[in-house]
Amino acid sequence: MTEARGPIVQFCFDRVIPVGTILLVIIALWYVFSVVLNAPFERDQAARAGTTIATSQLLHNTMWQERPVLPAPHQVAEEIRKTVFDLRPTSKRSLVYHGAVTLSSTLLGFVLGTLLGILLAVAIVHSRTLDKSLMPWIITSQTVPILAIAPMIIVVLNAVNITGLLPKAIISTYLSFFPVAVGMVKGLRSPEIMHLDLMRTYNASRSQIFWKLRWPASMPYLFTSMKIAVAISLVGAIVGELPTGAVAGIGARLLAGSYYGQTVQIWAALIAAALMAAVLVSLIGIVGSLVNRRMGVRS
Amino acid sequence: MKRSPLAILSLLLALGGLILPAGGDGGVLAQMAPTVIFVAAAVAVFVARSTFSLVALLLLVHVGAFMLLGMLSSFAAAPPLLGYWCMVVAAWLLAWLAVQRLAEFTVTSRQLQKLVNLALPLLFGAWLLILWELVVRGFGVPTILLPPPSMIASRIAASVPTLWADFQQTYLKAALAGYAMGCGAGFVAAIIVDRVPFLRNGLLPIGNLVAALPVVGIAPIMVMWFGSYWQSKAAVVVIMTFFPMLVNTVAGLAASGAMERDLMRTYGSSYWQTLVKLRLPAAMPFIFNALKINSTLALIGAIVAEFFGSPIVGMGFRISAEVGRMNVDMVWAEIFVAALAGSLSYGLITLVERAVTFWHPSYRT
Amino acid sequence: MAVVALQQKTRAAADLARRNVIEVKDLSLVFQTSDGPVNALSNIDLEVEAGEFVSFIGPSGCGKTTLLRVIADLEQPTSGAITVNGMSPSEAREKRAYGYVFQAAALYPWRTISGNISLPLEVMGISKEERRQRIARNLELVNLSGFEKKFPWQLSGGMQQRASIARALSFDPDLLLMDEPFGALDEIVRDHLNEQLLKLWAKTQKTVIFVTHSIPEAVFLSTKIVVMSPRPGRIHEIIDCDLGAERPLDIRETPKFLEIAHRVREGLRHGHSYDEVHA
Repeated sequence: MTEARGPIVQFCFDRVIPVGTILLVIIALWYVFSVVLNAPFERDQAARAGTTIATSQLLHNTMWQERPVLPAPHQVAEEIRKTVFDLRPTSKRSLVYHGAVTLSSTLLGFVLGTLLGILLAVAIVHSRTLDKSLMPWIITSQTVPILAIAPMIIVVLNAVNITGLLPKAIISTYLSFFPVAVGMVKGLRSPEIMHLDLMRTYNASRSQIFWKLRWPASMPYLFTSMKIAVAISLVGAIVGELPTGAVAGIGARLLAGSYYGQTVQIWAALIAAALMAAVLVSLIGIVGSLVNRRMGVRS
Repeated sequence: MKRSPLAILSLLLALGGLILPAGGDGGVLAQMAPTVIFVAAAVAVFVARSTFSLVALLLLVHVGAFMLLGMLSSFAAAPPLLGYWCMVVAAWLLAWLAVQRLAEFTVTSRQLQKLVNLALPLLFGAWLLILWELVVRGFGVPTILLPPPSMIASRIAASVPTLWADFQQTYLKAALAGYAMGCGAGFVAAIIVDRVPFLRNGLLPIGNLVAALPVVGIAPIMVMWFGSYWQSKAAVVVIMTFFPMLVNTVAGLAASGAMERDLMRTYGSSYWQTLVKLRLPAAMPFIFNALKINSTLALIGAIVAEFFGSPIVGMGFRISAEVGRMNVDMVWAEIFVAALAGSLSYGLITLVERAVTFWHPSYRT
Repeated sequence: MAVVALQQKTRAAADLARRNVIEVKDLSLVFQTSDGPVNALSNIDLEVEAGEFVSFIGPSGCGKTTLLRVIADLEQPTSGAITVNGMSPSEAREKRAYGYVFQAAALYPWRTISGNISLPLEVMGISKEERRQRIARNLELVNLSGFEKKFPWQLSGGMQQRASIARALSFDPDLLLMDEPFGALDEIVRDHLNEQLLKLWAKTQKTVIFVTHSIPEAVFLSTKIVVMSPRPGRIHEIIDCDLGAERPLDIRETPKFLEIAHRVREGLRHGHSYDEVHA
């Protein structure tokens, strides 16, 4: 019954068409909701002016409010276009500027956290004492809302005159550290007993076992945990921008928007953050699949 | 017998503790502590390894640590001197050595092994606290930067009513309500999505993507829509927990094997019969995975959402307010409560999971 | 002192007659499990001469794999003596005296076939040029030339196991330890590989120890068959298998072959009572 389809056509049927349809439905629903949620304000305005409002006028107005309850998608798109392309990237109102601030601390923290996580995982895999005494705590840390420490780190470091990029990067570091450590301990332990026995029959040294077996075997785990780590790093950087009183960054845009009721600005910042996260995660995913392909993993 | 360099180093440091002045008032603790630590080091270096010497080492080093903690109060006038720090480092090394030996300790009885496996992280955690206390108070680190654990503990004891009110607001109202609604909605959506392949193909990639997004940023919008009370926090939690539940349940519903499904077909069983008797039980490990991920997410969502505006109660509110007033000990107290709540709820879900998915290979003994 | 004297004596004897590659004297191994001690090996005595092809056969739990692992220094005996090439197993392992072939091919999935064969050579610090030559030589030996760049999953199960044999041969050990290497393959592929293995053995003159639970396989391949029995794991009988060097596949229909196979089967039956209830 099923006709043979080429892989690209198959991909269209399996992915592109369904995902595209769902996205269109989401945007359509978004418009419907923005009309429904913003209409009371317009009716209210009209009632105050002692007039009634025509439906077509109402529809138009709900999509172009200054401070809508829910901005329409095109308003958000317009805001993003304006703040990304029309302003100089150095301008305090440019989304590029704020995005770059958040991105730089995210990346710095992510890289540091990943390195630390890998180092600790290596230590845990090679030390029975660390494995038995420290590992339970690291696993427990996964169940604890450690993000709550973020404001304290910012304020305390500010008190000793450490400001700017570094405190936020520290938050991103410790947030990304834990998933990488846990993932890498799993990955470095993933080789089968038979593969380890094989190395033993060759009388391989510890470092040879590490570089020729444990390390390559842990690669899929590394990239999976790095995806989690970069996402949580971004959240950490955004939350880290809240307590300093909205100076710069995506978090600052969110906070400033909520202070002044600038809903369009909030949504623009949110979409920007979402795009950033999606790009970062897919970049790691792409690097991961490149590495996997080099290592002969079946695609 | 092989003597570890760590033990010899600790013996030298303990000797330093005996000879060098420790500072303080020279009270009875100050006179006894160097001897106790020296004896502990001597046990570590000279007594052959046995159960007895390990127990002796553990006892001595903790008595010594207790004395070192007791001496802290005598340093109000002048900071401790080199002899004291020699003893601190010696005690620390000895404790590490004891943990190391305990970790290598082979026991035949399963119960005893469980006990040892529990004792090791507890000892590690206890020494983290001991060193934190000793270093912060010994060096006189400003409490704004890092309060000693004793100060945090007394703060917790003194502000139980506040902590309880915050816990009620953030955990019992916002997080729990949001968690229940988010997980429930995700589960129902997964059953629907599973029946419609087109929806599954379209929603799953989006659901996977949303898991990576900083969803918590939606908080200011929820605060605008639902007001600053717990409802807005619950709304954030609903959105955060919905997608992990959806994605995991859909994956779980696909987890039952083709052979088992064919078997159900040979019985002529209906869609619902297959769902209840085969596919849902097979999906349980996945569903519990989502429940566990979500328990942490719910607490994070409820706390962080409060950073964007809240009534004057709640864990997130307390953290941001007390941080502003530089009452760092109160912040730590809240964080302690959050950590406790987080790990206990996770533990509870794990217990239920064990009862439900006892058949899963990961729980078989 | 006595051990050293014994070793010198065996070395002297080896110069006179055929050399004993493996000597096992009164060896026992007890595993401590949560259900109490398990006698995996009990009072094993065995000698293997250079160039022999010895099979260990027996039902599961008879300790045949454990004995192979003791020879390979992957398990430690509880009591008794064992020498491999006149040394202790751990010394022999450090001298890289043997190649080990596991039940599964155990190829590293992230390495190509040539990368996998190169692995032991890299561990042993052999130069790149030499590695290249040895890879080519050993792939030819197992008829896998042309598959250098393939990844393990692109090969069939039989080809994977051949690659793992090439890997074990790549550093040219005198001794080849094989633990049910063809157990997971279908019978047609297995017949083919058995033939190839015999040719390989004739060509390389290695000593082979081969664990199997297939009677025809053991009889077809071996010069000596060690029949083992379980609980406790012990040697029940050692059967010489003098079918000669030339063994085409149809030798398995000859009366001589069937007679040896019958003796092995009888030995297995006597060594194992089937009334036991499995725990």
